[in-house]
Amino acid sequence: MLEADNLECVRGERSLFRGLSFQLDRGQCLLVQGSNGSGKTSLLRMLCGLLAPARGTVRWRGQPIAALGDAYRRELTYCGHHSAVKEELSAAENVELAAALAGRPVSKKATRSMLAKAGLRRREDLPVRVLSQGQKRRVALARVLLAGSALWLLDEPVTALDADAVKWLAGEIDHHVERGGLAVLTSHQDLPLAAGPAQTLRLDQ
Amino acid sequence: MSEASLWSTFGAAVRRDLLLAMRRKSDVLTTLFFFVIVASLFPLGIGPETDMLRRIAPGVLWVGALLATMLSLSRLFAADYIDGTLEQMALSAVPLGVLVAGKVTAHWLLAGLPLALLAPILGLQFDMAPRALAVLVASLVIGTPVLSLIGAIGAALTLGVRGGGVLVSLLVLPLYVPVLIFGAGAVEADISGLGASAHLSLLAAMLALAGFFAPWATTAALRIALE
Repeated sequence: MLEADNLECVRGERSLFRGLSFQLDRGQCLLVQGSNGSGKTSLLRMLCGLLAPARGTVRWRGQPIAALGDAYRRELTYCGHHSAVKEELSAAENVELAAALAGRPVSKKATRSMLAKAGLRRREDLPVRVLSQGQKRRVALARVLLAGSALWLLDEPVTALDADAVKWLAGEIDHHVERGGLAVLTSHQDLPLAAGPAQTLRLDQ
Repeated sequence: MSEASLWSTFGAAVRRDLLLAMRRKSDVLTTLFFFVIVASLFPLGIGPETDMLRRIAPGVLWVGALLATMLSLSRLFAADYIDGTLEQMALSAVPLGVLVAGKVTAHWLLAGLPLALLAPILGLQFDMAPRALAVLVASLVIGTPVLSLIGAIGAALTLGVRGGGVLVSLLVLPLYVPVLIFGAGAVEADISGLGASAHLSLLAAMLALAGFFAPWATTAALRIALE
């Protein structure tokens, strides 16, 4: 399904990685590891098409993602370092508007039940400004989970999350993978995935 | 992607920016106050020479509106760029151009339209005739969307650049000049009895052109900024 072929990443004048290839199939989860500055975020941005690789191609269902365009973007959800959460809006407004902008509108009811699952019950209508860092992260993750797309690209999803939330997220990823979804994660912490990641990629060499 | 869902996404983009502006009113009010202050200082500085005031009124009001619009350009994409929302927009299943068009529309509703509605009140300070005031509003209603559209290209090109505010002005001002000439010219032509329709038609032509090309150019600039 998702295939990286001989990717090279150049930032400034430094080559972060080269000759990187992997293939991820339906129902698999890829864990990307590496020290700070080894190119984890760049790799994820390449996989979602925000960053053009210096060399190599990313393919989805056998076709280069650059050629697929919107058809590929419809099937992926990316959660980056910046959580794309607006401080002025409430948690529910954030999730609903983000879904609408992504072209995948969700109902109020679905939003509320997802936020409740994310541990934000009775905080749905508070401005995100007053929430803690970890709670903001939960809002961002709720958006990803609600999108219902086939491919999840999560950059350091567990940052600032407490133990309960990490367990919740790991359960959601397990569930996603069981249903035949794909996930690519970067993480320094261990995620308690039931089956463990199907593949692990180290970027340090 | 169906046409209906494109429109609903466009609507969501407009609604979101309006909602954010309502939660952060000071940004919008800064633009309006700037316009009011600039336009009010001229009559105070020049004194009660009504002939002179009547003659400079279209130019002063148009320059004020232009500068006020430029003042508000920096907030068009900057906040969304910093918190990652722009990244998410670029990854939307809906073409980025639709979302950009929504954001520019919201920008006009928050900057251009209030300026056009305020202009006749400020025009009274210059002793403008009611007919001239009507033409002024018409020229601003047609002209300010062009300012927002062209400004969006500048704002997108200078995204993430330090001192971007100054750079936007340098980039965008030359492109604003024709709008200013025909906008202020429309009011002057009407006062001198030539009729404003030719000027207004040219402004409308600029709007059509900018409406077609600007979202596309802005989208291209945003994609570069996001790399």
